[in-house]
Amino acid sequence: MGNKWMRGWPPLAVIALFAAVWEAAAHLFGIQPYILPSPSAIVREAMQPNVWPRLEMHTIATVRRTLTGLALGVLAGMLLAAAIHLTPGARRAAAPMLVLSQSVPYIVLVPLLLIWLGFGEEPKIVLIMLVCFFPVTVAMLTGLRETDPALRGYLAMIGADRWTVFTHLELPNAVPYLFSGFRVAAAYSVTTTVAAEWFGGGSGLGYYIKLSYSGFETARVFAGTIIIIAFSMLMFGLAALAERLVVRWKPKAERRSGDGAGA
Amino acid sequence: MAPALEVRDVVKRYGDVPVLAGVSLTVGDGEFVSLVGPSGSGKSTLFRVIGGLEPAERGEIRIDGRHADGKRGLIAYMPQQASLLPWRTVAGNIELALGIAGVPRAEARRLAREWLGRVGLQDYADAWPHMLSGGMQQRVSFIRALLSPQKLMCLDEPFGALDALTRQHMQEWLLSIWEANRRAVLLVTHSIEEALLLSDRVVVLSARPATVLREFKVPFGRPRGGKLWKTPEFAELRDAIHELLKPAAAIGPDGV
Repeated sequence: MGNKWMRGWPPLAVIALFAAVWEAAAHLFGIQPYILPSPSAIVREAMQPNVWPRLEMHTIATVRRTLTGLALGVLAGMLLAAAIHLTPGARRAAAPMLVLSQSVPYIVLVPLLLIWLGFGEEPKIVLIMLVCFFPVTVAMLTGLRETDPALRGYLAMIGADRWTVFTHLELPNAVPYLFSGFRVAAAYSVTTTVAAEWFGGGSGLGYYIKLSYSGFETARVFAGTIIIIAFSMLMFGLAALAERLVVRWKPKAERRSGDGAGA
Repeated sequence: MAPALEVRDVVKRYGDVPVLAGVSLTVGDGEFVSLVGPSGSGKSTLFRVIGGLEPAERGEIRIDGRHADGKRGLIAYMPQQASLLPWRTVAGNIELALGIAGVPRAEARRLAREWLGRVGLQDYADAWPHMLSGGMQQRVSFIRALLSPQKLMCLDEPFGALDALTRQHMQEWLLSIWEANRRAVLLVTHSIEEALLLSDRVVVLSARPATVLREFKVPFGRPRGGKLWKTPEFAELRDAIHELLKPAAAIGPDGV
């Protein structure tokens, strides 16, 4: 507990310092609130009785959309990775297509998805899925391949069949890789949701920020942005927590260095 | 009764490089046979052929009297590295190997617990493998092979990665367990002393391409103790095998 506190306070102190400097600068230089509102002004604005309920409503819409798209995208990514891995020759055949699919700027997909799927929920979910599946697929494909040759040799010698090797060696080996892909996907999913909401539809924080921006309600833009950042960090934290709960077999030192690389 | 293993005149080449040039050996039921040879002499290749991972080019492999060329899953196996799956508990690793060999789940569970207790590792049954020392991991790896129902056990330099002291303890430990539970064993080792301490017979392979240079019957009775190496017969046999394994004169008087 004490250890956690010792590790946790320096980043919090930096954030507090940042907010304090911001607050002081806003007052000291008399910056107009529609250009840069002070942190306290943002909080005050967010707490207004005509603002808070709408922020709440749009946050729920964004969270729901993000989680749906992320879950479907991760699932699709895992299934695709497993299918490519288990099909002889598919890895080589699919690699260029996977890279190519990542070179498409997502922004151009938005109008196409709108044309194909209309203005409802579907194009947004599909966009989030498309963004999430790639990091998961690539990470999982790596994890399925990078198995310990000694373990592979042992299983072959005792006569394990292809399915046993997949379920008992390759799949468990891929789990830590999968989590690193999942962390990236979780971060992408939030920003993609916000972008999708910006472009179309009538709900979500992206939509709310766009609306506030059009009305020069800068404090509301910041309020929405801060909620998005907090949500992103929460997602990242949940992914790390889930990994710690699932990957229990690793030595402690190894796990900690893994956290360091991810953060 | 058919021998546990018959290798008859097996020839194997990798491309144009001959590795096995007609190797023949047998392991009788309940017999402990060691295979020694210079490093790179094709011992591992022979194991891969016996394990069914690579086809022999010529010759025949029979396991328990049945034609076994290219068939996998007919041997119990202990590799040089313990090869415990890190995401399975110690008992879980044993159960998985037994499951692959066709032992029913409940029986595998019972056997794993019983034997972990018998070798003093009962407290580690539910531990992750990384929590065990190298010697403890090799004990688990050995009983995993011992409990597998196949008649023949193949041990591939099982103590090669251990330090000298642990290695000596492990040899004596394996000797006591094996003498109480006789199984057909084919052991590949670099150590002549290890081969003599453990085996009924020692088969000496030549440098690549491998052929059988000679077989030695090890005349010591059982149970054997760790003091065996002090006897003059032991020294005589060891020197005889050592002499056989000396590389051609060009390399130097000590064979280094």
